[in-house]
Amino acid sequence: MIEDFLVRALVAGVGVAAVAAPLGCFVVWRRMAYFGATLAHSALLGVALGLVLGFDAMLGVAVSSVAVTLIVVAFQRQVLIGGDTLLGILAHSGLAFGLVALSFLRGVRVDLMAYLFGDVLAVTATEIAWIYGGGVLVLATLAIIWRPLLALTIHEELARAEGVPALRVQIAFMLTLAVAVAIAMKVVGVLLIISLLIIPAAAVRGLSRTPEQMAVLAAAAGALSVVGGLLASLRWDTPSGPSIVVAATVVFALGLAAGTLRRTAQS
Amino acid sequence: MSADLAVPEPLIRASGVDLRLGRTQILSHVDMTVGRGEIVTLVGPNGAGKSCLVRIILGLLAPSAGEVWRQPGLRVGYLPQHLSIDPVLPITVRRLLALAGPGAAGKIQAVLTEVGADTLAGRAVQDLSGGEFQRVMLARALLRDPDLLVLDEPLRGIDLGGQLALYDLIGRLRRDRGIGVLMVSHDLHIVMAATDRVVCLNHHVCCSGAPEAVSRSPEYAALFGDAAARQLAVYAHRHDHSHDLHGHVIEHAHTTEERP
Repeated sequence: MIEDFLVRALVAGVGVAAVAAPLGCFVVWRRMAYFGATLAHSALLGVALGLVLGFDAMLGVAVSSVAVTLIVVAFQRQVLIGGDTLLGILAHSGLAFGLVALSFLRGVRVDLMAYLFGDVLAVTATEIAWIYGGGVLVLATLAIIWRPLLALTIHEELARAEGVPALRVQIAFMLTLAVAVAIAMKVVGVLLIISLLIIPAAAVRGLSRTPEQMAVLAAAAGALSVVGGLLASLRWDTPSGPSIVVAATVVFALGLAAGTLRRTAQS
Repeated sequence: MSADLAVPEPLIRASGVDLRLGRTQILSHVDMTVGRGEIVTLVGPNGAGKSCLVRIILGLLAPSAGEVWRQPGLRVGYLPQHLSIDPVLPITVRRLLALAGPGAAGKIQAVLTEVGADTLAGRAVQDLSGGEFQRVMLARALLRDPDLLVLDEPLRGIDLGGQLALYDLIGRLRRDRGIGVLMVSHDLHIVMAATDRVVCLNHHVCCSGAPEAVSRSPEYAALFGDAAARQLAVYAHRHDHSHDLHGHVIEHAHTTEERP
């Protein structure tokens, strides 16, 4: 007999992985891993914001991620501070502000570890509803912007010359990423979110011939990582979030080996 | 310079275009037109502002002064300079071409045949040679059914045989489809032999007109040197008679990048 909490954890985790992985493909293709990491780190400020103002942490993270996205877009117009420097400032100041803000919340018991590393085994039915609602929103947006975003990723200038509204599509993608970070936080925590975005995508690169194929395979690799990680976490009583990331890394190594074998066999 | 007797239907026209970036004057008062069925080549030394002018014409860059008129509804096919696709993104030729626009998927094989790349559809884009990749990107531009093709240094990194073949192809496309072609080059030789009109740019338009006339003009000689001007005549002659120059690789003497 499978326990209810495990079923809920699997449903939540697989849902998040299936949403994060296709989005993560674009993070990998556009070399935006550091932007993803910045969203994730600054998410702790969103958590604090939610607790202080009395609304759900997931909503708080969505707000902080959108704010970070808009700041990054606004700073693209200037050249005196490099993009990576700005991301570094936002990531760590977001984390620090969040930790400081949480320390002011006396009397409120805050399970910091759950936010930093996830606590998927404690996920509630309401949170699952949030995850799937947000997930549908993310995948629907991604489906709408898929072609123009792919064109921009292949060659930005060419796409712009052909009339792709570059700024609008990029902002839509970054906001989608912000929502994905918010829903993934419950499963792996803010410090490990980026792994659910990029590890499954990287795992299947060698096995894919088209972007669409890579997105589907990445979703499968992500789901496999969640299932494997959760079962391992139960079997050996290890923390769930880190166990999922360890499983994802094993999937990555297997995917890399399979891709290399396939190329060797072909040549 | 030489007066064109039959003026083709204009597709784009730049008038009085100025471009200043910071304190550098990149372009001053540039006028330029490309008409239907016409091959216009923009030549000039590195850093002369050729790519900037192309980007202004494409609407990617706003001029500091002057204006660009485009024929209403003009469809442009563009081949940017330094084109490459990052290998982190898996993509086959067929999938890349299907992304060219609505309705592209059904015409892929026909267009690949048109550019002489009919065997490449199933290949991964990153496995193609430079010449194959240029042909695929040209096919991609053609799938959009353009009125105007803009090619920024299309011959870069392709051996001489490949360059001649690509030139023949561009000439044929102009004839068969009646499209206008705007080409950028810093290689003078073959380029000018296969073009209707040359615009010689060094921040401003030094001279323009038919290739033979331009190559004899004192402005052109001043810009590229007498030797280059004489060499041009030799190449123009050679191109008329010989298409079997395979195996030679054009070495690009410059190493500096042009302004983006």
